[in-house]
Amino acid sequence: MTFKLKTLTAAGAFALAAASPAVAQTEIQWWHAMTGANNDVVVKLAEEFNASQKDYKVVVAYKGSYPDTLNAGIAAFRAGNAPHIMQVFEVGTATMMSAKGAIKPVADVMKDAGEKFDPKSYLPAITGYYSTTKGEMLSFPFNSSSMVMWYNKDALKKAGLPEAPPKTWPEVFEAAKKLKAAGWDKCGFSTAWTTWANIEQLGAWHNVPVGTKANGFDGFDTEFRINGDLFVKHLTNLANLQKEGVFSYSGRTNTGEGRFTSGECPLFLTSSAFFGNVKANAKFDWSNAPMPYYPDVAGAPQNSIIGGASLWVMGGKKADEYKGVAKFFTFLSDVDRQVKLHTESGYLPITKAAYEKVKASGFYKQNPYLETPLLELNNKEPTDNSRGVRFGGLVQIRDIWSEEIEAALNGQKTPKAALDAANDRGNQALRQFERTAK
Amino acid sequence: MQKYAHFKGLTIPLLLLLPQLMITVVFFYWPASQAVWQSFLLQDAFGISTEFVWFENYRDLFAKPEYYKALINTGIFSFFVALFSLSLALLFAVMADRQIRGAEVYKTLLIWPYAVAPAIAGVLWIFMFDPSLGMLARGLQSLGVNWNPRLNGNDAMTLVILAATWKQISYNFLFFLAGLQSIPKSVIEAAVIDGARPMRRFWTIVFPLLSPTTFFLLVVNLVYVFFDTFGIIDTVSGGGPSGATETLVYKVYSDGKGGTNLGGSAAQSVILLAMVIAMTAFQFRFIERKVTY
Repeated sequence: MTFKLKTLTAAGAFALAAASPAVAQTEIQWWHAMTGANNDVVVKLAEEFNASQKDYKVVVAYKGSYPDTLNAGIAAFRAGNAPHIMQVFEVGTATMMSAKGAIKPVADVMKDAGEKFDPKSYLPAITGYYSTTKGEMLSFPFNSSSMVMWYNKDALKKAGLPEAPPKTWPEVFEAAKKLKAAGWDKCGFSTAWTTWANIEQLGAWHNVPVGTKANGFDGFDTEFRINGDLFVKHLTNLANLQKEGVFSYSGRTNTGEGRFTSGECPLFLTSSAFFGNVKANAKFDWSNAPMPYYPDVAGAPQNSIIGGASLWVMGGKKADEYKGVAKFFTFLSDVDRQVKLHTESGYLPITKAAYEKVKASGFYKQNPYLETPLLELNNKEPTDNSRGVRFGGLVQIRDIWSEEIEAALNGQKTPKAALDAANDRGNQALRQFERTAK
Repeated sequence: MQKYAHFKGLTIPLLLLLPQLMITVVFFYWPASQAVWQSFLLQDAFGISTEFVWFENYRDLFAKPEYYKALINTGIFSFFVALFSLSLALLFAVMADRQIRGAEVYKTLLIWPYAVAPAIAGVLWIFMFDPSLGMLARGLQSLGVNWNPRLNGNDAMTLVILAATWKQISYNFLFFLAGLQSIPKSVIEAAVIDGARPMRRFWTIVFPLLSPTTFFLLVVNLVYVFFDTFGIIDTVSGGGPSGATETLVYKVYSDGKGGTNLGGSAAQSVILLAMVIAMTAFQFRFIERKVTY
């Protein structure tokens, strides 16, 4: 008994001694939405950062899907205990940037902490999405991707199609018809992320506005233009091909991506970040190509826009904690770390130096599919229509658009009527957002 | 015999009630009053700018056709889920109540689905009926049925009704079985001696004697379909396609998602609350009269 007590006291004292350096550490909470292999990446990054220095400790917490994480962050902020770093998907950008008291711009975080920070060293096609029109970086890009067309090489061969994938939409439609005839009778081609593919990217890739005021970059008093000719033409094509069984709708988010890897859909538009999944699960020869375009639209293809998520720093924290956040961002920007993240996860490098290094290493010769999104993003100097989209309440607006697109695809509405309704309902949501964003 | 307990003064009864009252206040009245307050506000996601707008959120809601669509969806969904889950559970309970070999095994198996969380129940049904992955969906397609809940609203509605029904049968089964077992054997034996056949015995004796259970289950089931089916809808259809499976409670979530329209979302939950209160009151007032205790 006495012995036991002694050991216990000793153990307690030891634990206290061991814990004391941890007390001096400043904790940085990082909420994220990454699952599977990407969750491992997040955990590993935090571990590496924590091992690299003693003053700060990054603590990661998985908060569910992108919308769930945003909801959790909003609720936590309202309750007065927001995390330091929050991963928010690109759709939530306008919501975050309008909440001036809730966030602290990354540029300010870096400056106040005295960290070396040169916004010009980052890829403008990526940081542009997360910066003010004056070029001030608001959030820190973490996992960026763009939309590409994945294709099943074996299927193209079997259908007697040329080895080079179709480049334009009319070519895609023809190829999909041949694929259907060759046995892919459920799905010739499809897309994930319905509105990202068929509205936001479609607009940028053809240099056609999705909304006025430079797609919302120049002010919250923007209005949608998604019932324009290009969008109506494209949706009409999709609706007709859906009826013929050549196109097959795969849902609003990426839950239908498995239709590509299982071999069901041989042509599939989705995020370039689908790479890891394809590599692990596709049992056929595959690659990807830039998104198709309509050749009769002057200037197409323009450039694509990014997707994925960025890290937002929440407001109202202590100076010392911000210093830790700044140090962590510097750690993330490290060239070698970016190279490793890019080549392993398939997400885009965020600094120019990392991109150049991977290019020089000849990596893209063996893995051309990892460069496709970068080539799309840098295809041309971005215009007001292709820098990105910045619409308040886009999380909900995307659902509204999807609803209307589904009504067109299942024949309840004509494509024009569906897009008119999508445009009007979207504008109502924008006006409401404008009223709250002061 | 004295029916009520009598206390001198109010202190002891209040003290005895306090724990329950506190739970009710903290978990019901407080959040409910917050929802009412929020429904009069127009607010950004983070609650930084707030504008008091009186009934504007309600007016907006009633001006939108989507809201009426959700109302109709909820009606169809609730009706079928309550109908199927009550009638099937009653059928199973009557079957399991007889003297059959392995009755205990059947009873246990029938109760299992209740332990499954709604979201997981939804995923299970998606695995069976997803047009690309589902075994049963492939079976349907090979029979020539163009099964596609991704785009066909009726298919999607059928699927969520099936999933929600399957999940609720266990609960109803349990109560019906207990109800059946509490019916005195002597009453039924007397009917047998009088020459009543099983069907007649069921409709004239068993079913009326079960009415308190049925009534209780009807109330519980309506609350279930109005609120607890959220997880199933979220995983099976996400309210789609084209809003075909968007029920009132799902719309509360989807409108508030990402902090976009918290006022409108709060207004909807206030209306939903009022509806359930009204429905329950109605049931107690009018249907309960037909119940024989």
